[in-house]
Amino acid sequence: MAEQPTSTPLAPGPGTGPVDAISVRDVTRVYRRPRTSLRHASPPVHALRGVSFAIPQGQRFGIVGESGCGKSTLLRILAGLDRPTGGSVAIDGRDITGLRERQLKFVRERLQLVFQDPMSSLDPRMRVGDIVAEPLAAQRQGNRRERVAELLEAVGLRADAADRYPHQFSGGQRQRISIARALAPRPKIIVADEPVSALDVSVRAQVLNLIADLVDELSLTLVFVSHDLSVVRHVCDRVAVMHAGQIVETGSTEQVYEDPQHSYTRRLIAAVPTLGKALSGVSAADLNRE
Amino acid sequence: MTPVPETGPAAAAPDDVLAVRNLGVTVGGRKLVEDVDFTIRAGERVGLIGESGSGKSLTALSVMGLLPEGLRASGSVRLAGVDHDLVGADEARMSRVRGKEIAMVFQEPMTALNPTMRVGRQIAEVLLIHRTRPDRASARAAAVELLAQVGLPDPEAAAHAYPHQFSGGQRQRVVLAIALANDPALLVCDEPTTALDVTVQARVLDLVVRGVQERRSAMLFITHDLAVVATVCERVMVMYGGRLVESGPVQEVFTRPRHRYTQGLIGASDLTVVDDRGRLATIPGSVPAAGRFPAGCVFRNRCEHATDGCATRPDWVPTGPDSGYACFHPAPDGAPGTGTPTNQEAGRG
Amino acid sequence: MSAAATETAVASAGPAGRRRRRPVTGSLLVGGLIVAIVIGMALLSFVWTPHDPTLVNPAVRLQEPSAEYWFGTDKFGRDVFSQVLMGSRTTLFVGFVAVGVAALVGVPLGIVAGMAPRWCGELLMRGNDLLLAFPALLLAIMFAAVYGAGTLVAMVAIGIASIPHFARLIRGGTLQVMETEYVIAARAAGRGPFAIAVRHVLPNVSSLVIVQASVGFAIAVLAEAALSFLGFGTPPPTPSWGRMLQESQELLSIAPRLAVFPGVAIALAVLGFNLLGDGLRDRFDPKLEDRR
Repeated sequence: MAEQPTSTPLAPGPGTGPVDAISVRDVTRVYRRPRTSLRHASPPVHALRGVSFAIPQGQRFGIVGESGCGKSTLLRILAGLDRPTGGSVAIDGRDITGLRERQLKFVRERLQLVFQDPMSSLDPRMRVGDIVAEPLAAQRQGNRRERVAELLEAVGLRADAADRYPHQFSGGQRQRISIARALAPRPKIIVADEPVSALDVSVRAQVLNLIADLVDELSLTLVFVSHDLSVVRHVCDRVAVMHAGQIVETGSTEQVYEDPQHSYTRRLIAAVPTLGKALSGVSAADLNRE
Repeated sequence: MTPVPETGPAAAAPDDVLAVRNLGVTVGGRKLVEDVDFTIRAGERVGLIGESGSGKSLTALSVMGLLPEGLRASGSVRLAGVDHDLVGADEARMSRVRGKEIAMVFQEPMTALNPTMRVGRQIAEVLLIHRTRPDRASARAAAVELLAQVGLPDPEAAAHAYPHQFSGGQRQRVVLAIALANDPALLVCDEPTTALDVTVQARVLDLVVRGVQERRSAMLFITHDLAVVATVCERVMVMYGGRLVESGPVQEVFTRPRHRYTQGLIGASDLTVVDDRGRLATIPGSVPAAGRFPAGCVFRNRCEHATDGCATRPDWVPTGPDSGYACFHPAPDGAPGTGTPTNQEAGRG
Repeated sequence: MSAAATETAVASAGPAGRRRRRPVTGSLLVGGLIVAIVIGMALLSFVWTPHDPTLVNPAVRLQEPSAEYWFGTDKFGRDVFSQVLMGSRTTLFVGFVAVGVAALVGVPLGIVAGMAPRWCGELLMRGNDLLLAFPALLLAIMFAAVYGAGTLVAMVAIGIASIPHFARLIRGGTLQVMETEYVIAARAAGRGPFAIAVRHVLPNVSSLVIVQASVGFAIAVLAEAALSFLGFGTPPPTPSWGRMLQESQELLSIAPRLAVFPGVAIALAVLGFNLLGDGLRDRFDPKLEDRR
């Protein structure tokens, strides 16, 4: 685990070493809700309130938070699928805020997503081969069949998986297909949204190992979003804790886990049941104490 | 899990709340649950752990008599204070038992509540149906009291609200209040906190445990989460491929597992222990679809210790009054919990 | 990567890989059979009918069913069985034209409305609602007044009137598909809106199209009967089940069978197409299979 300075500069000045893979500066996102009353407009939802962080190339960056904390909105903005109301996002040093779809081509090549639900993230009516090849087809790359076979092997599936449909695979296998698709255009950044939350315990470790191996071998930058602090602790070097649209704490995972500064982080860590805690006598009432 | 008593299913010990004997669930000739035997005594909190396709939820639904259409239960499920077998009982008889002697908390609280009815009335209704309160007014008052017990702020106002006005965790507390309304002898919880956030889960688990403790109710808690079971229950049963593969006190099963599946599961769920290459311990392969597990030992196609002998079905090896395992090549007794270093340090956070 | 690959060599051999056969449901079987019979009758009528269905022969007016005239004859002495056979052609023609028009316009419209920016989709749907509020039969009668009564004109009108039903349903389905993670993944991979519409949205709303088409088919058959009954549909002498029904009306008390044969034919055809639609949806929806 690399030593990380406690506060990373948001964007490097000219000529100060390698460019950050992702840099997010003071991003806000406000949603308007449809009116529910004739007299008053509904109050807007502040999904993100001034989020800033930077992820250097090759880092494994975790984002932890509970439902509604804004992490999904943040991911969409990082992937250029949604626009922030304010602030800016740069991928490999290039500002993507306000770019048109056509100008986002470099993001589509460099950044790919892995989703939580291995069923709904694969089109049930497409064969696995076509699913994995989709980014290649979208970016008009050749030699798709070979590349698909190579990718399936890389994620530990047999080449004949390409001819089958998603529902013929188990949850863990589907998540491997999803990872193969994300790797297809040889991205440098993978954004994974709760990639193991829907998996069986006996399969979760396999997929976490696979992600770690691939990130290492392909020297990827990983953004890993999870509600589960212990998964993030295993996978990531650094972590940002989100609450109510803001980042309340960032630091190295060890530091945040061992010595949480913010009260919300402390409550979050205390509430997670673990086998070790339970066997040493921690009860449900203790988890709920903080 | 107690060995089947010689005297047969009817003879339950006086302290037994639930006696499940030889329970099986089939659909069109496929066996989804097979030979499940266990007993839960008054006030006992028992966990049932399993992954997808293990049959854990079907076991719970069979106990409740709520199996989906097309699925058939066999065997025997006896509940203290009920003079008939719950397996094969008709809907009229089951509805007198459900909500009174047994109650259930489901994973998805929104679908468990009627969206068009105020929650106070929904709770009062359970009390009136089973005639545990004489009239509407006292049922209403009891409903407000129950909402207060599950920690809803301003229970009076909560009783007047509709389900959609609550958050997910609050809705689950309302469901819990309904389940506990008639002081059931047995509370069945099926993944009650899986859909909830961590901090909300802590809250709900606390309320569940307190609720059953105050009523001396027994509890059957179904989940895939080992840590939750260890936190909430005293005893645990491990299910895989439609069968019980191991059971025993939480402390024993989680520190000295005997079945190779339990051992692998504990290893794979421990994210604090890695090998020298930084990799987590894993169980090879994936969980087969329900009803498609191998014959003989259900775990043998994923087990590193499996031999040809595992093609025949392993017998249940009792190791205590409530504990035992079904494995030909069990982990040696007294050995540390997993193949990797001990999981005890999981609590170092 | 090698480590990951070896570790999961077992994984791909899992039993989940086997392709499950989907059972043929009762509704698919019965619906398919009825529709096959209707199509068979139409095909047969091209090569053989017991009598010329349009041949007027006052000598054999209002005959009871017999070996010569299986379903009897009508007030002009025309063979009812031959008319029913020939009428199946009209029925199929009517269904395909009406559903074809409605689907060809309604499906793309629904997809566009579902994928367009919110305000634009809403605008399209409000226009859609206006059309929806206009009665189909009235539109058909107006068309008949302008272009002259005829099967094609009537059915194009019915088709146009059915467009909003398709559009509204398909828009709903499209909105759902657009929310799924596989569409988000496709967008993140750089797929344009047209590719997403063709590769992801259309296949995943196809079961909705099938169901709506079968319902639309049934509605069209009934509408044709109603229009012919009113005199705005298929003009004589082309046999049509609907017009047979209309012509039987004055003789209902003395020869009710004249109403029964075309009436039963219409009811069966409508039932058949509805059952077939249901069965096809079940068979081609992989999500339904997963629940088994």
